[in-house]
Order: sequence, then C-alpha cells, then structure tokens
Amino acid sequence: MSFDVRAVREDFPVLATTVRGKPLVFLDSGASAQKPRQVIGAMTRCMESAYANVHRGAYYLSETATEAYEASRRAVQGFLNAAMPEEIVFTANSTMAINLVAHCYGRGVMKPGQAVLATEMEHHANLVPWHMLRDATGIELRFVRVTDAGELDMDDLAAKLADGKVGLVAVTHMSNVLGTVTPAERIAKMAHEAGAKVLFDGSQAAVHRKVDVQALDADFYVFTGHKLYGPTGIGVLYAKHALLEKMPPFLGGGDMIASVSLAGSTWAAPPARFEAGTPAIVEAIGLHAAIDYVTAIGMPAIEAHERALVEHAMRRLSEVEGLSVLGSAQDRGGVFSFSLDNAHAHDLSTLLDRAGIAVRAGRHCAEPLHARFGLEGGTCRASFGLYTTPEEIDFLAAALVKAREFFA
Amino acid sequence: MFDDLRDLYQELILDHGRKPRNFRRLDDATNHARGDNPMCGDRMELQLKLSGDVVEDLGFQGRGCAISMASASLMTETVKGKTTAQAHALSDRFRALAMTGTCPDCGADLADEMERLQPLAGVHEFPSRVKCATLAWHTLNAALEGSKEASSE
Repeated sequence: MSFDVRAVREDFPVLATTVRGKPLVFLDSGASAQKPRQVIGAMTRCMESAYANVHRGAYYLSETATEAYEASRRAVQGFLNAAMPEEIVFTANSTMAINLVAHCYGRGVMKPGQAVLATEMEHHANLVPWHMLRDATGIELRFVRVTDAGELDMDDLAAKLADGKVGLVAVTHMSNVLGTVTPAERIAKMAHEAGAKVLFDGSQAAVHRKVDVQALDADFYVFTGHKLYGPTGIGVLYAKHALLEKMPPFLGGGDMIASVSLAGSTWAAPPARFEAGTPAIVEAIGLHAAIDYVTAIGMPAIEAHERALVEHAMRRLSEVEGLSVLGSAQDRGGVFSFSLDNAHAHDLSTLLDRAGIAVRAGRHCAEPLHARFGLEGGTCRASFGLYTTPEEIDFLAAALVKAREFFA
Repeated sequence: MFDDLRDLYQELILDHGRKPRNFRRLDDATNHARGDNPMCGDRMELQLKLSGDVVEDLGFQGRGCAISMASASLMTETVKGKTTAQAHALSDRFRALAMTGTCPDCGADLADEMERLQPLAGVHEFPSRVKCATLAWHTLNAALEGSKEASSE
C-alpha cells in the first residue's frame, strides 16, 4: 500500500473541522494523536454488539469479548515483534507501565546498593517513578547528560555504567521535546555488558518507527495507545517473560490471582498477574484497530513520510527570523520545540491558535530538560502525525513570521 | 492574521510586558511571596513594603508571558499607596474581571483603579490564559497574608 496523505486524512473526521473559523492544523500529535474512523468504528461495534466482561463468563458474549481482548494482545505482540503474547501486559498508559516496572521490578527484584540510570531528556513519566523508588528504597538514581545538540552523551552513559552498580537503564527511545531518536540497540548492548537491564520509553518512538523488541534486545518497552491513533486509557508494557515471572504483582484484585482464601492468595502467571480488575476492554479493541490501521499503511511508509516532513520542517523553520529550534540531533523524528526571540511560548501559542494551529506550549512534562537548555519559561512544540502535510508546516512557518511582527 | 487578538494584546499590555514597571528588588521589604504557575513555568517573586496599614512600595522579579508580566506590572502600579483592605478588594475584583470580563460588584470606590486594569479583561475569553493574569494577584494575597507561596493552579 503506497502512502497517500490525502487518503489518510479522509480517515480522520476531526481533520475536516474548523477552529475559530480556520481549517484545523493539528500539530500536537506528540501529546495525543487524532483518531481514524477505523478505531472509532471498532470501539463502537464492540460496545454495540460484542461487549461483556472478559475472563469471567462462560457465555457467548463474554467468550467473544475475551477472544477479542486476547486478539489485541497478539496484535501488540506482532507490532513489537515480541516472542510471545504473555510478554504483553496491558496498562492504562505509558506512565502506568513505567510505574509498574518501578514498583514490581525496582522494589520487587532490585537490591539496595544498585542504581537506576535515567537521562536528562526523560519525560516526567520516566523520571518521577524513579524518584519515588529512590526515596522508598535508597536505590541510587543517576542521569546521563544530554549534549548541546540534544543527543545522549554516550561517553557519559558508559562512565555511569562502569562501576557495575546499575541494575536498570531507563531511557526514552525518542525525546518528546527534542525529537531525538536514541541509539537504542547500542544502549541495550552497553547496559547488558554492564549487567543491567534496559527499559525503553517508546511513547513517541513506537508511533514513528518500526519497533522490534527482540532486535533491540529490550528487557522492558512501553508505549501508549492514544499517541498511536488509538484510544486513551490503554497502554502497553512489554517485558521479557523471564523478568515478568520474577516480578511480584502491582495491584491486587480480581483476575490476577491463582487462588484466594481469607488467609492469603497466590498469584496468577504473567500477564494476568499484572492486570488486576476489569481491564480496558473496549480500549484494547480500539488499540488493536489502531495497530491494524498503521500496519496496513506500513510503518516503513509512515517513517518515510515523516522523514520527509522533518527535512521540510527543518528547512522552513530555519528560514523564520528570530526562531530557535531546540536540539539538532542527527536522528530525529517529527517533534520540534522552538522559541521566538520576542514572544513567550504561551503568547505564541495563543496567536497560533487564532490561526487554527494547535501546538503545545510549556515544558512538555520535561522540566529538567528545559532547565538543561536554560529555557525554564518553556517552548512551543509542533509534533507531527502520519496525517501531517508539508503545506501545514508552511502555514506554521508563515504564521510564526506574522507572530514575530505582531510582537515587534 | 492576528488582528482580532489586539483586544487581548492591547498596546498597554505589550508595553508593560516588554518594560514591566517596578521590576526591581526592594531593599526594605517587610513582606514577600513567591508565585508559581507550574503548568507553564511562570514564576515571580513579589516584595512589599508595608507601613502600618499602607502598601507603601512594591517590587517584583521573575519571568513569564506578556500577559503575566503586564498583569504584575499593572498590579504593582495600582496597589502602590493603597491600604491592605483596598489591596484585597482590588484583588477580588480583578479576579472577577479576569474570569468573567465584567465586575458587577465593583462599586464607585476604586473605579479609577479598575478602569486602569480593564485592558486585561480580554483574558476571560482565553480560559487557558486566565491564570497568567491572576498569578500576580494570587501572589499579592500571599504576601499580604504573610504566606510565602502562591500558585495560580
């Protein structure tokens, strides 16, 4: 299937709407992406004709819903090229998946004296759970420095692994601020050589690149449905099965037990052990539809489209006088954070909104990274999806020129 | 492209945003407070010099968008020389103005002061920006009450 952005846009009803009388130019897909009819339809059909609780009823609808829920797990397995479906745990989002690892692996398996190695470019979702782990257990927390170009300082990474104390490297696969795609395979190799496990926060990367957890040799990989054109409320933790087996449960409740008496309970095998309570059934069906959607278009085709957009954006944004783009990584995805020399990020986003352009303003849940670049006041961020067009980037660039004149 | 935004970004606001008044540290402050808007990173440090019941002088420092800087600047100009009771009254009325665009309870007293703050009334049409305009006034309340932290969250 060849990539036709016009045809893709037809699949997303919201893209035909107007904002303040202007055609919507949605450049905030990095925060949450819009939804295609295929996802909306699948969720509606589930609720209209195939919905019941899963793993509980021995009747037709429950069996149908259970099969659809487990089929979604197999779709995720295929999407990430995991070795088996039991390595896929459904969570609410990436944040919950990382908290699960911090709790069940960090507290449950790691030992005092060990360290977690994160980086300066992490989203708060891959920082705060480690702060909480450190504060609760005394496990040390280290950070890899970020270079001026917005890339990980790989020498610093090597230095911080050198003493062999690091038990887990927790790093983004693609920065939500800089767009930097990190050298995941190399990081995994370095971590493993130093005796550490590695977790990748794939919230951004999984949307833009083909992810193969076996090729990466990832121990943990997380992503979220709503950035992948799927619904909110569903995320994924991939973990190697041997690790999941060692980990105690996260939340207690129904569906995660082998047996329960008043005196105590024993845990179910993974992944059920980590999915207490009624899961996000309709959302899992929606995520399956989203995976089918991007897979039918083809992740390589999506990646090629976005690479072209990134090149176009770098050229057009560099032509805007007074505009600074944060980071200049060699390998970057469709995320651009920028600031104008005469306008604060919030004033700028209010102006762009008036032109129908949706960008995010602030620190994008990455305060330490903004502090690293001396941008405590925040930046504006334009982030692309598979429906983004070069014309939308041209329109953004033209609006930025006008905005600078407005504040002159 | 942005002509209709001149209601929000009036010349007075742009001017105060670029060149905030009373943007300085007071050597003889009696009260101070810090204001934070954690969502957007706006931050200000406000100092007051109280003499008896009168706010004799104010100074602020910090960073933020044009709206928050202009609002802080206009706040310091408006509150200077007022009693603490008048300062509280202005704060209540300004927040009503920023949230609704009007101030039905604004009586004849302090009418001139409210007139001076009127250019900021436009923020009520921008729900995500109301907090930018009210941060300075939250911080003023905190300073008057002797507490040290304010947040417009």
